[in-house]
Amino acid sequence: MDKNEIKAFIAKRCAKELKDGDVVNLGIGLPTMIPNYLPEGVDLVIHAELGIVGAGATPKEGDANYDPYHVVDAGGNPASVAFGGGFIDSATNFGLIRGGHVDACFLGALEVDQEGNLANWIIPGKRMPGMGGAMDLCVGAKNCIVCMEHTAKGNPKIFEKCRLPLTASHCVKKIITEMCVLEVTEKGLVMTEINPEFTVDQVKAVTAAPITVAENLKSMID
Amino acid sequence: MAKKPVITAYEAAKMIPDGATIMCGGFLGCGQARAIVKELVKLGTKDLTLIANDMGRAVGPMGEEFFGIAELIHNHQVKRVIATHVGMTPEVGEQMNAGTLEVNLIPQGSMAECIRAGGAGLGGVLTPVGVDTLIEESPLCMGKQVINGKEYLLMAPIHADFALLGTYKCDEAGNCWYKGTMRNFNTVMATAADTVIAETEYLVPVGEIEPENIHTYGMCVDYIVEGERK
Repeated sequence: MDKNEIKAFIAKRCAKELKDGDVVNLGIGLPTMIPNYLPEGVDLVIHAELGIVGAGATPKEGDANYDPYHVVDAGGNPASVAFGGGFIDSATNFGLIRGGHVDACFLGALEVDQEGNLANWIIPGKRMPGMGGAMDLCVGAKNCIVCMEHTAKGNPKIFEKCRLPLTASHCVKKIITEMCVLEVTEKGLVMTEINPEFTVDQVKAVTAAPITVAENLKSMID
Repeated sequence: MAKKPVITAYEAAKMIPDGATIMCGGFLGCGQARAIVKELVKLGTKDLTLIANDMGRAVGPMGEEFFGIAELIHNHQVKRVIATHVGMTPEVGEQMNAGTLEVNLIPQGSMAECIRAGGAGLGGVLTPVGVDTLIEESPLCMGKQVINGKEYLLMAPIHADFALLGTYKCDEAGNCWYKGTMRNFNTVMATAADTVIAETEYLVPVGEIEPENIHTYGMCVDYIVEGERK
């Protein structure tokens, strides 16, 4: 798989986590591809931290709702509100996030560990883009799912303990990569699904934390 | 309803002295008082502290050179920023690494709530967000408390000398309406500064904004500036 195929594969698997009516926040990059793979009959309320509850499709220049100066997403790109959606101010919006009104958030990681700790906002001394809304989402969303490539150029991103400063502790419930699906449990990471292109040993070789294989290990591909 | 003074962007910028603390509504420039910012750049007002979600964009939606407060950063007029995300303005990182700019990053929800607290007479905010992270060491974090067995950070209220709002419609009494995603931090910032200046695309007669649709109340606004229509 090339980069784009890997991302599409992960996004497709993430889409299976969602059910009709879920309120979902999607991080930048890969997570924004998830709505492309929703099963029929699953309609989401897309929550955007910049101030949309019920975001619509990305408008193109020339579309009636294309308004790059007044309706944008958290990346500053043109956005839209879905039919029935609404705009909201930041204080109220983050009240919704912290208050547990968002069913799921999908976000990427620099590092994630077996305790569900997540690091994705700073590499000290190198890059400090900031956490934006990520800390609030990790703490507040009912279900926090990391979706990412399993490694960074072959190096592990999944550890026993994160080394980088955390975004939030004990927040991640599930990790979805192009290799497998890992659930974060009290006993550590449990592999519940695997991409049949890989063996369990291949996954373990690029994961820096112990993995328990579920008894009924399934294929990530139906 | 008493009318609020309508001034030029230049007059608004001229009110802001060196060393002032300014809250700037807006998210990557959307909903930002960009005309007043342009005048601040021309005046060269220095040693500013900026409180804003982000530091704007070096390039605007239509390729404009600078969009919002990014230009104040590039022009070295800022000594400290309190923000949630500065990744779209690499210049912030460069000045921080050079030791000429202090950067305090806090979570977006905490920032909104701390400003709300600053404008609502509250002594702080207890939030679970930031526990077990570097936020515990932030100058805005006043310590940790356990309530009903759960840990919370006590975050300080945020107040400023000036708040610059970026609105779509503002009536002559200062009531404001924001289009689309312009609202973001503007509504809380309107309550949390000594002097509040609303820059608007359309200055309209009182009554044009329906009472139910007023997002920022004129009582919070001290001055109105007509900005560029987009």
